[in-house]
Amino acid sequence: MKKAQPTRAIRYGELLTRGGQRLRSAMTSGWGIAWVTLFLLVPLLGIAWISFMTRGTYGEIQWPATFANYQRLLGFGVLGFDSQYPTIILRSLVLGGGATLVCLIAALPLSFFIAGQPEGRKQIALTLVVIPFWTNLLIRTYAWQILLGQDSVLARLAVGLGLAEVGRPLYPSAFAVYIGMLCAYLPFLVLPLYTAVEKLDWSIAEAAADLGANRVQVFRHAILPQLLPGMVAGILLVFIPAIGQFVIPDLLGGAKTVMLGNAIQQQFGPSRDWPFGSAIAFVGMAVVMLGLWINTRVTAAKGEEGML
Amino acid sequence: MKRVGLPLWIVSALLYAFLYAPIVVVIVFSFNAARYGGPWQGFTTKWYGVLLDSPEKLLAAKNTFILAFTSTMIATILGTLLGYGLSRYDFPGKKLFSWLMYIPVVIPDIVMAVAMLMFYALVRDSLGLFPLGMMTMVLSHVTFQIPFVAIVVRSRMVGMDPAIEEAAHDLGATSLQTFWYVTLPLLLPAVVAGAMLAFTLSLDDFVVSFFTTGPGATTLPILIYSSVKRGITPDINALSTLIVLVSVVGTIVATLLQRPRRTQGER
Repeated sequence: MKKAQPTRAIRYGELLTRGGQRLRSAMTSGWGIAWVTLFLLVPLLGIAWISFMTRGTYGEIQWPATFANYQRLLGFGVLGFDSQYPTIILRSLVLGGGATLVCLIAALPLSFFIAGQPEGRKQIALTLVVIPFWTNLLIRTYAWQILLGQDSVLARLAVGLGLAEVGRPLYPSAFAVYIGMLCAYLPFLVLPLYTAVEKLDWSIAEAAADLGANRVQVFRHAILPQLLPGMVAGILLVFIPAIGQFVIPDLLGGAKTVMLGNAIQQQFGPSRDWPFGSAIAFVGMAVVMLGLWINTRVTAAKGEEGML
Repeated sequence: MKRVGLPLWIVSALLYAFLYAPIVVVIVFSFNAARYGGPWQGFTTKWYGVLLDSPEKLLAAKNTFILAFTSTMIATILGTLLGYGLSRYDFPGKKLFSWLMYIPVVIPDIVMAVAMLMFYALVRDSLGLFPLGMMTMVLSHVTFQIPFVAIVVRSRMVGMDPAIEEAAHDLGATSLQTFWYVTLPLLLPAVVAGAMLAFTLSLDDFVVSFFTTGPGATTLPILIYSSVKRGITPDINALSTLIVLVSVVGTIVATLLQRPRRTQGER
């Protein structure tokens, strides 16, 4: 459905031929595009290629080309089925999905709260959500080691409420990883969700209520559908980085919370098996691309501009 | 239409508290006299003194700022040109490239980091270029900063009145003159905001630096990570407090710079 382009067009007061536009593009966008292509696109393609190579005795990258790395990821071990890597993939999806769900549950009330503030306070309430997001994630994550540590107020509270055993720290644990994720990614969900709440057409909710819907029904049928596009954008903004998280499970989790990011680090660091590490990274990338594709479909179906 | 009831107030207050708890605890513990963390043992500022006496930490701070300044300078120039070019001129494959620009924004940083690490290693082995260190970190940071600057600049371009540039051309200015004397000054708030965003991203980055650094080029986040792995110490809390302070002040300044000229419809 390409429209025929005129050979010459007036762009902002300048008469430019198609060639002239290309030249100007090269002089302006060209540098940045070349830079990102060389230092990111080429390396990413390199990862795809190396994921089919073999690890040499000293960790070097060797021929022959093989599917062994992907087979290992899928659990084909030397001695039959090896659940280690399928478990890690599954766990990344579960922990990432779980973290997204927790963020969503927390972001809903917060978005309605911010949107319900009087005009002057709205911006402040929103900025207050964003400020922690701009402070270093590493710092916010290790701080939870202090907050969830053995003698901390929270740990004692948990013991007092019977939620934890005496003397047992709340971290490292999957619980601590969820806390870290919520702390890291809540703003990612609040921002798009708040925008959706701002745009809500409340007359639909009122109409539903007038027609006898109870509060749950009003929310489910009159409000939730309107929030959906914002929600999908926010969910992806959380889920995508969450499954690739390396710092949070590393500092707040243990052996039982190893995720894709940690597995990649293991292969590129101590194990020095770059081809296998590349295969894991490639799978991570594929999941991200899938997520983005879904987002494009959803927003295209809605006839709106994508989240980007 | 909607009133904020008491339960919503309570839930929201708890969530705000939750978001700020880690920052507050780091700041508070940086003034705690206890040597190995643990309960409060009185107020002290000696950990800040310890910090200034540590050449290792001062070097890391220096590295972090050199890295952030250098990469931000390069990324701001390239990103501004990119944002300008993408919104002004058409070329074949523009849609594809505009889409590719978002890869650094959406890709998990660890995937980006190992891809770069491997690229540098392979190029080094075959061409002798790119020994891991400050240079490779700068290259990597510029790579993920460019799109963010471009996005900010581009969104400002969209909201700009084309009549201003048209007027410049009608009055006989060349394209270069128009860009330099008309477009760029109008873009300046966005360029500054984009640069500040890029600067903060560089300061905050741990994962990419961690993988693309070399001997002698430790940055503050890398230093914090390796210290935390050995056990949290009060001077690390003091260091973190200073970092938090810098990024919060930076963010507020960046927000204020971007706001006054923004109109309602803009994103």
